[in-house]
Parts: sequence; structure tokens; C-alpha cells
Amino acid sequence: MTANLHLWLIPALPLIGAASNGLMGRRSSRRAVSFIALVFCGGAFAWALYVASRFSSLTLPHAETLGPWIRVGGFSADFAFYLDPLSLIMLLVVTGVGFLIHIYSIGYMWEEGGYYRFFSYLNLFMFFMLTLVLADNYLLLFIGWEGVGLASYLLIGFWFTKDSAASAGKKAFIVNRIGDFGFLIGLFLLIKHFGSLNFDRVFPPVAQMKAETAGAGWVTAIGLLLMVGAAGKSAQLPLYVWLPDAMEGPTPVSALIHAATMVTAGVYMVARSHVIYERAPEALTLVAIVGVLTALFAATIGVAQTDIKKVLAYSTISQLGYMFLGCGVAAFSAGIFHLMTHAFFKGLLFLAAGSVIHALGGEQDMRRMGGLRHHIPWTFWTMTVATLAIAGIPPLAGFFSKDEILWRAYQASWIYWLIGVSTAFLTSFYMFRLLFLTFFGEYRGAVAAGPEHGRGHGLHDAPGHGGHGHIHESPTVMLLPLVILAILSLAGGWVGIPGSLGGGNRFDKFLAPVFDTTAIAQNREHAVPGEQVPPESEGPATETGRGTELMFTGVSVAAAALGLLLAWLLYLRNPELPQKIADALGGFYGAVLNKYYVDELYAVLFVKPLVDGSARILWQAMDQGVIDRTINDGADGARHLSDNVRHMQSGNLRSYAGWVAAGAAVVIAYMVWTGLR
Amino acid sequence: MQNHILSIILFTPLVGAILLLFVPKESKDAIRWIANLVALAGFIVSLPLVPWFWVQRFEPGVKFVFEAGQWVQRPGMFKFVDGIPNTWIPSIGAGYLLGIDGISFLLIMLTTLLGWVSILSSWTAIQERVKEYYIWFLVLQTGMLGVFMALDFFLFFVFWEAMLVPMYLLIGIWGGPRKLYAAIKFFLYTLLGSVLMLLAILFLYFNHHSVTGVYTFCLTALYETAPKIPFQYAIWLFLAFFLGFAIKVPMFPFHTWLPDAHVEAPTAGSVILAGVLLKMGTYGFIRFALPFFPSVVMNSKVRGWMIGLSIVGIIYGALVSLMQKDMKKLVAYSSVSHLGFCTLGIFVLNSVGLSGSVLQQINHGISTGALFLIVGILYERRHTREIAEYGGISNVMPVYATITMIMFLSSMGLPLLNGFVGEFTILQGAFMENRLWAGLSVIGVILAAAYLLWLYQRVFFGTVTNPKNEKLTDLTPREVLTFVPLLIMAFWIGLYPKPFFQILEQPVNQIVQDVRGSEPNVMAKTPTHKSVDEITQTSPPAVEVPVAAKGKK
Repeated sequence: MTANLHLWLIPALPLIGAASNGLMGRRSSRRAVSFIALVFCGGAFAWALYVASRFSSLTLPHAETLGPWIRVGGFSADFAFYLDPLSLIMLLVVTGVGFLIHIYSIGYMWEEGGYYRFFSYLNLFMFFMLTLVLADNYLLLFIGWEGVGLASYLLIGFWFTKDSAASAGKKAFIVNRIGDFGFLIGLFLLIKHFGSLNFDRVFPPVAQMKAETAGAGWVTAIGLLLMVGAAGKSAQLPLYVWLPDAMEGPTPVSALIHAATMVTAGVYMVARSHVIYERAPEALTLVAIVGVLTALFAATIGVAQTDIKKVLAYSTISQLGYMFLGCGVAAFSAGIFHLMTHAFFKGLLFLAAGSVIHALGGEQDMRRMGGLRHHIPWTFWTMTVATLAIAGIPPLAGFFSKDEILWRAYQASWIYWLIGVSTAFLTSFYMFRLLFLTFFGEYRGAVAAGPEHGRGHGLHDAPGHGGHGHIHESPTVMLLPLVILAILSLAGGWVGIPGSLGGGNRFDKFLAPVFDTTAIAQNREHAVPGEQVPPESEGPATETGRGTELMFTGVSVAAAALGLLLAWLLYLRNPELPQKIADALGGFYGAVLNKYYVDELYAVLFVKPLVDGSARILWQAMDQGVIDRTINDGADGARHLSDNVRHMQSGNLRSYAGWVAAGAAVVIAYMVWTGLR
Repeated sequence: MQNHILSIILFTPLVGAILLLFVPKESKDAIRWIANLVALAGFIVSLPLVPWFWVQRFEPGVKFVFEAGQWVQRPGMFKFVDGIPNTWIPSIGAGYLLGIDGISFLLIMLTTLLGWVSILSSWTAIQERVKEYYIWFLVLQTGMLGVFMALDFFLFFVFWEAMLVPMYLLIGIWGGPRKLYAAIKFFLYTLLGSVLMLLAILFLYFNHHSVTGVYTFCLTALYETAPKIPFQYAIWLFLAFFLGFAIKVPMFPFHTWLPDAHVEAPTAGSVILAGVLLKMGTYGFIRFALPFFPSVVMNSKVRGWMIGLSIVGIIYGALVSLMQKDMKKLVAYSSVSHLGFCTLGIFVLNSVGLSGSVLQQINHGISTGALFLIVGILYERRHTREIAEYGGISNVMPVYATITMIMFLSSMGLPLLNGFVGEFTILQGAFMENRLWAGLSVIGVILAAAYLLWLYQRVFFGTVTNPKNEKLTDLTPREVLTFVPLLIMAFWIGLYPKPFFQILEQPVNQIVQDVRGSEPNVMAKTPTHKSVDEITQTSPPAVEVPVAAKGKK
């Protein structure tokens, strides 16, 4: 506790980078801009590594306060940072993958206008994301949460001259705001019950509750509300619709924000709040159900997409579903494990896809790719590694994390497992479909630099971008991150080899101090032992339990292999077959291809009534028709009245005399009448 | 302790206006320079108030009471008191009496700042009748400051009405095509409200006499007698005040003068109108309606209506804003939504909500003031505010686009900018009273993102399709300068709102205590209030803070 690691430096460094590039970048050279962006992002990574090296000497959780922020009426939230194994892992993933993607972006964005703007936003994103993972209270976390949303908005709309990009950015922001609605209310509920949003003031009292008593009521409510926020940020049902559209952003952005880091913020938040969820079983169940349904739902859409980035986008949604499933069955460390490996292989997939797009001068449609493995071998091989990893082929990273989630899901309910394995099959299928369509067979596109293919990437064909006449491999600055991520996708899972496969699951043990707060009933068999517990007592797993686990592992590997086989059959062996199947399926295929018309449904159900209602009913009918009309009519009425009364002052002596007589008559009549009473 | 800093701040603009009278109207640049220097001077003379007020933010102020045949000062809420009751027009008991607490202090600083900014922004926009324009503007400035400073009801009313005339002229002379309609509408609407308010003031005045035998308009004296008025009278008095203030705020459904006034007003007029004038309504609620009629505002039915109208305003304003085709109208309706948050914060009647409300009033002055400046900049270049006329402005005016983005984000309540802090505290205060109130109001936060981002997309994103927009020039240094103070404030409040909350702590707690204290039964009855008390009582951090802050100094 005594050590001061200056944690604030980690978010502050990218902020300095963002500010200097934002303010001075317009007048600086590209080299200077890249240098600044890299130095400050790399500085954050280096500092994170330093923190990691000092980590074992810390008393956990380690907290550092930078200064006060909001203090009103007894409530306070400060700029304070919180370090425990969970935030350390997030820290390393975010800075590490972020740094690699910064390097990659130098090559990818070199020809683009607004180069300084891009790196300024990217550094700004790093600042907010690191604030998010280091926050020691929910409010600071919320700053990061909104901030990454802002960075995402700015980067999706980076090519703002394109209408679709601008709309996609806006959509992302607004859908996220809908999720934040739940988050905010959840925060208010927390304040109401604890008077604070600090983790160390919220979690201990919750941890002391018994699950039975707390299950009903507000703890569950908090859990559900936070989940609404998480569903928005992490693109889960029913708020996932923004993520596919977000692919309008430059590909490094898709890799960093919409695959590796930002979209996992929801998972991180749920895992961070595990104390709450453990005492709110209903909320936790909902997390699992939303996760597993999203996983399946998005995977089915991914099967039919033809845009390489869209496939990856739906795949991301699906994989995020896995992470939520993991958290939902109280296997938080498994969820985080998958978060980490996913950051490696999905980041790599996007970067490799970017390399493909780069090679083809902006082409994103897989129907116009094919046979690229000879042209861009580095991209091909790294992407193959990533595909194997995401498909869950041992011993690559995705295998271990996905397998752990599936196994733990099975222990909760076989239905989760069944859907999970089906999704694994679909995942393997659409990923190998992507790989085969892109890299195998015959090249189906025209020469890549044609302007009509510049659709998704118009500005990319800037003059001076030499070598667009033919398909070309990306420069080293882009390939280096690919190779490093490929190594991580290959070996990154080895830190979490489960006991059934002879490993010690060190990842689980590392996170155990976070998630193993108090003995939890549902963690009976697969209980994660505390740090002090010697490794050989890794759960009371019996030989039969281990055997079952191995069997299930076998099934999920088989599912992945089946997916590979099917993709091979359909897209390499009989390339004409998919079309026939599509024709045979008819309307159903159309529904899948059009993403089940969910966007259209939302438009009819929510957007249109809102827009029309506001315009016609509220503004024109209510505001102008009723309220303003009343006012104006009142004014007109007064004018008419006085206009008429004015005529009495005609200057005509006879009419005055008449009025006098009439008035006198009225007065007399009144007096007579009152006198009679 | 008498000092005259408030009087100096109050009359600096007026002196400048008188000075301008002697400048020939042909020398426009001289007039501009003088007006700008006066406005800047008006801001600068208010600056010493900042450290001065800061050091005594937790110290008790004073109030005037009439004891044993003479006026004496007792510990109370107000600081920097200038003048003595009943000495201005002794025959009717009106006095020249100024004084401020933390709430009016912040609003005064906002007024002097925005006054300077908007006069600076008028340099090229106003070409006709320049001399009159600046004179009226400076008179308006004094009127607004007077409203926030007056501790005498008569004086208050004089300023309140006096301020109407210059605003009416600013809209009516320098406004857009329908300026007369808008100006008269504005004038009549506000006048209607203030006439009823005058009747209520007179009732309070005579009531005070019948209770104590003293005729006086002194506010602190009326504070003693007004709360004891029986409910059946108090409710009508409250409604009279309510009408006056609700029109000014404006609360739904009294808001329809606002879009017209804003659309027709010149840019600087809109900035002041949104930034300061609307705050008089909310200020009136806090300064008068709450402490005068605690039994009424704590009445669950009355309170329910107030909250209900606020929430309707929040959502309604946002939805209508969404569909506007005129940029200025859009911003005007967004004001209805934002002010809904402010009135919500007032009527949740706890210290968190009330602090948030005052802070949000400042925030709204900063953000919406900036938004009107932003619209004005395009209007000055293109003479249209139709959203459809624009598109792709980011390409030709990048600096402008960046500043706009920051101010939009501030207005929609993005964390680390000012709007978030205000909205969050208001919503938190609302949630402590009733979950539904907060839940419904949060919808306004979502919609704010929708209408602002949509506006941004339509104006700034895309390619320049309208050839008239191709040659637009980016901001001049003078224009950038108008935004600088607003940007600084937006970030300051967003990053470090603590001093603002500290300044508000004393008056807000006092008002909440006055209001709540009068209805002990209500507090005991509803369990939700318990948590309020817990939170206000268990506030060691808030008490520690001043010590720590002082230590640092």
C-alpha cells in the first residue's frame, strides 16, 4: 500500500499525446505525429509493464488518489485509481494491443487526410479506456465509459464526408446512451444504498450479505441495470445493432475499439461488479442468457455476410456473448480469460483483414477476393493462425478460453453448453468460410485499385500511394504487429491450461484474489483456490470429473473441426453449392443475409414513431396548434374586443348621447331590481 | 461591515451606457471600443469578488431584522450587504439594499462574463443603430445584475421590470424578420407573469405590516413573516409567483415565447436571454418561492405538479428540439429541456438536487450561451439558420467545428465537461426522492445526444454540397476569443466542480433546512427522506474539505 506507482501516468500519457497532436498536429509532419502518438501510447505500455513488475510486492487491492472530483452533499467521487489482478490484466491488454495497433495504424493511415486527427483520437481513446479499467469508483469508470464512446463516435465517423460513416457514429453513440440509461440509474441505486460509488465502500457490505436475502430486491435491480449498460457497450442483444455499422470506421479502429478493447468494457464491468452479481442470482442468470443468445444469434448472421469486416463484426458480438456467458455462470475469470485471448486473435483478424483491404485498394467484399494466399503470404499465415485460434483448435489461445467457458456453462446448465457448442461450430464455419473465400480458390476481383471498389475505403486511394496497380503485401510496419499478435494468439492461452489437460490454470489463480472473495455456494466443484492454497488442491476434482471435462473438450474440438470441414466442402470443394443452398432456403436465407431485419424493425418500432410523433404531434399539433394557438387567439381576442369597443369612441355626439341613455337605463334597471329584492 | 463592491459591479455598465450617450453616433468604432471596454471593465470589477467571496464561503452572513424600533443586523445568509432597509423611499418602506449569497454570487459572475462575451460577439454583427444597441445592452446588464443582488422586494421588482424594456428593444429593433411579433410576445408574456407577482408581493408587504406593524419590502424581514401565512392564502401567492417565474424559466407549457424570441433576437441577445434571463425564473424560485412558502412547496400535490411539469419539459423540449429545421429554434427548445433539469433540481428539495440545479444553471449559461454564439457565427456568414442549407462545414471551418463539438458534448452532458456534473447531481438528488422522477428524466439525457449529434452531422459532416458554403472563412481571433472563457469554464466545472459546490453548500443547506424544517411531519412520514438525512448527516468528507483546501493554500 505504501508504494506509489503513479498509476495516473498510465492514462495521462496518452492524453498528453492526444492533446499535443490535436492542437499542434495540423502543422506537424506525419513523422512527428506518429512519433508523438507512439511515444505516449508506448509510454503507457511501458509504465504498465513497470507496474506489472512491481505488482507482486503490492498489498492488494492497491489504490492511489490523484485528487478530488465531485463532492456534494456528503457524496464524493475522486480521481482515484485501483489496481488489482483484474485491472492489471486489462491494463496490459489495452496498452499492449493498443500499442501494436498504433504501430499498425502508421502504415495503414499513412496516405489518409486528417492523419493527426486520427492519432489524436486514438490516443484520446487510450486515455479513456485506461481511465475505465483503472477507476476506483463507478463514477470514474463511467467517465471512461462515456469517453470511449466519444472516441468511438469520433473514429467511426473519421471519414465524416461519407454519410454512412457519420450516421454510423451517431447511431453508436445514441444506442450506447440508451444503455447508459440503465447504468446511470444503477449508479443512483448504488449511491442510495451505500452513499458512495467507491469499490471499496460498495463491495464489502454487499459481500457480507447472504445471497438468499439479497436475491430479491435492489441488489438484483442494480445487477440488471448495470447489465443494461454493459449490453449497450458490449453490443449484446438487443442493443448490438450499432457494432456492425461501426465498421464504417478505419480498420485499425475496428480492431482496437470494436474488437479488442472498448466493446469488452461491459464484460470488464460485470466482472468488476461480480460481488453484486454473486448476490443477485437472477441478474446473473440474465447475463448468461443474454450472452448465450447473443453468441448464437450473431453467429448465424455472420454465416451469410459477404463483407469481410461485417463477418468479423458479428463474430465479435458472438464472442462477446461467450464472455457474458462465462460471467453469467459465475466463471468470471474464464470470461476475462476469453476477453484477453479474444483481444489477441480478434485484433489480429481485423488487422489482417485491414491488410487484405489495403492490398486490394479498399475492397471489402469477399466475393471479389480469393486466391490471395500467394500474393500476401504474411497476411495469410497470420490470419490463419487467428482463424484457428478463434475456431477453438488446440493448442491455440481461443481453445483454452472457450473451452473453459463451455465447461463451466455445462456445469450451470446443459442448455447453455449446447447452444455454446453450436455457436462454436458456426464460428468455425464462418471463419473458415472467410479464410477460404479470401485466400483460396481463384482471384475473383478486378484490379484492386478501381475506383468503383473504393466504396468502403474511398479516401484510401490517395495519390502517391504507389503499388496499387497490383495486389501487394503490406509494409513491415503493418506486418510486425500481425506477427506479434499471431504469436500471442498461438501461445496466449497457455497461461490458462486447465487441470484436466495437465496445466495449472495459472490465469485462474492469478485472478483468484479478485473473484474468490467469499465462499460461494455455486462454485462448489470448480472452485478457484486462493493464492495461498497449494496448486495440487486445484478443486476437489475427482478422476471422473476430469474425465467428463476431457470428453466435453473433445466435443467442442469436434464441433470446430466439423465447422472447418463444412466450410471446406462448401467453399473449396463445391464452390457452386452455397448458392444452391441459399436458393433452396429462400426467405430464411434472405432474413439471415439482411440480419433478420432487426434494424428495420427498430426503425419502425422506435425511430419512426419518435421522429414523426415529435414533429407532428408534439411540435406541430401540441406546441404550435394548442399552446401557441391559445396564446395567439387570446391576444387576437383582446385585440378584436378592444377594436370593437373602440367604436364607442366615435366622436359622434348623438351616439354618445345614446350610450349615456343606455347606461342610465341599465343603472336604473339595476337599482330597481336590487330595490325590489 | 459595509462595502460597496456590489454597487460598483451593478452600476459599471450603467455608467458606461451614460458615457456612450455623449459619443456621436457616427463614430461607430469608437462606440464599439468603449462598449467593449466597459463590458470588460464590468467583468473585471466583478473578479475581486471571487477571492473575496471564496474566503468567507463558510462564514455566516447577515440579515436585517426590525427590532426595538430600528433595523439591526443579525447572522443570516447574505454577504457583502450594501445599504440599509427602508432608506430609499422611507414612506413606503423601500430600501436600496443589496447582498449576495453563494447562489447569487455564481449567477452574478455568470452575468458579468456573458455580458462581456456577448458584447464582444456583437462587433461585426450589429451595423445598424450601433450606439443605441450598446446603450441598451449595458442598461440590460445593470438590470440583470440588480435582480440577482436586490435584497429589497421593491428594488427587485424595479430591476425585474426595467430589464424587460432593453430586451424588448434588442429583439424588436435588431431582430430578424418577425421581430415585432416576437418582441411583443416576449414582453406581454413576461409582463403577465410579473403583474400577478406584483400583487403577491403587495400581499406579503401588507401581511408583514399587519403582523409586525412595519411597512417594509426588506426581503429578510419578509422571510420571517411570509412562511406563517396560512396555506389557503399561501397557495395563491405561490401560484402568482409561480406564474411569473415559470414564464421566465420557461417551464412547460409557458415556453412558446422562447423559440420565437430566440429565433428573432440578435445573437448577443440570445446569448443573454438564454444565459442569464432564463435564470431569473429559477433564481426567483430559489430566492423567493421556496423560503416564502415552504408549506406550499412541500405539499405533495404542488410539488408533484412542479416536478411533473419539469419532467414533461425535459422530455418534451428534447423531442421537439429533435425535429427543428432552424438551428436556433433547436437550441431554444433544448433550453426548455435543460431548464427542466434545473427546475427538477429545485423541487426535489434536497441539498444535492438544489446544488446541482444551481450549477446546472451556470452550465446552461455557458453551454447554451456558446451554442447561440455558434449559430450566430454561421448566421453572420450566410444569413440563414436553416439546417438544410449547410453540410460539410467541418471541411471549410475546422477550428469552428472543433469548438462546436466540444460545446455540443458539454451540452449533452459528457463526463469531464460541465453539463455532466450538473445533470448527474440533479438526477442523483431526484433519485433520492423518487426513482421514477430520475428514471424519466434520464430519457432527456439520451435525447440530448440524439438531437445534438444529428444537428452536428447535418451541419458539419458530409461534403460541402451547397456552393455558397465553399468559401466560408474559419473563426477570426476575435471570435475565438469569445469562446475561450466559455471553454475554460466548461472544462473547469467538468474537471473540478468542488469549489462551486463549496460555494453553494451554505445557502443551499440553509434553504433546504428552512423548507424542510417547516414540515417535520412530512419528513418523518416518507421513508425515502431518511436516506436524505443520512447522507446529509454523514458528510464528514464535505466538512473536512475546507480544512484541507485551506491547508493547501
